[in-house]
Amino acid sequence: MSILHILETAFRGTIEEQDDTVIWTVHAMRKAGQEGSVVLQGNIVGHAVRGQDATGLQFGDHPQTNPVDLAGDMQKLMAAGVPIYVVEGDAADRGIAGADLIAGVQLIDRAGVAGLADSHDLVWHW
Amino acid sequence: MADQKTLTFVLMDAPYENARTTTALRLMHIAAKRGHEINVFAYEGAVYLPFALQKAHPNPVHGKDAEEEDHVLPREWVAEVMAEAERNGGKVDWINCGFCVDERGAHEAIEGVRRGGPPNLVAWVGESDNVLVIPTK
Repeated sequence: MSILHILETAFRGTIEEQDDTVIWTVHAMRKAGQEGSVVLQGNIVGHAVRGQDATGLQFGDHPQTNPVDLAGDMQKLMAAGVPIYVVEGDAADRGIAGADLIAGVQLIDRAGVAGLADSHDLVWHW
Repeated sequence: MADQKTLTFVLMDAPYENARTTTALRLMHIAAKRGHEINVFAYEGAVYLPFALQKAHPNPVHGKDAEEEDHVLPREWVAEVMAEAERNGGKVDWINCGFCVDERGAHEAIEGVRRGGPPNLVAWVGESDNVLVIPTK
């Protein structure tokens, strides 16, 4: 049984949660033995851009010491055996080239998403 | 403070769901640093922002214990904004919508939060130099 996770919503609670909650959930499910893949389409393609820095947030005397590390979390997810695909057209629409993305993510065209859906048992749209 | 303003923020989003809450608190923090009077009317899920029972947790996916994870607790950010305002001669008057609190059982709030309703918001609209609504989308 494998699940294709299609993610679209960008930066959903990432500041407070200190991660992307869907990437986190997919990783937690992988640790529990669940196989799957991730597609980033729409605005969330920005999550895969290299060089992001979420440090520096502070309220009063309370700095955030462990800010979100989207690239690191996605690289750990890929290392755990979950491939991550980025819809190339959605990236290009936002001025993001392949060279701007973190290592390991795979570019895919929109038609390719259908093929991925066909090769998984379940498709979950987040 | 000669140019002290009264600013009212209307918040609707629950914590941990998006970045709007953080943006709102950052705007309030700037206003607090400048010594302005800040009113907050929190309704719907936003009543959970100052919820006193929020608790940090470890993160097994990150491989970090609770101390290393140092998880965000919005109630602490709210308290920091309140303290910042007081340090600079202002204040934060935070009202949680009572009906919204009851619906959610969110009765335990940090110090400085009081219960109210739309009539309080109406009064604030009349008293404020400006009102900013940050709604759920």
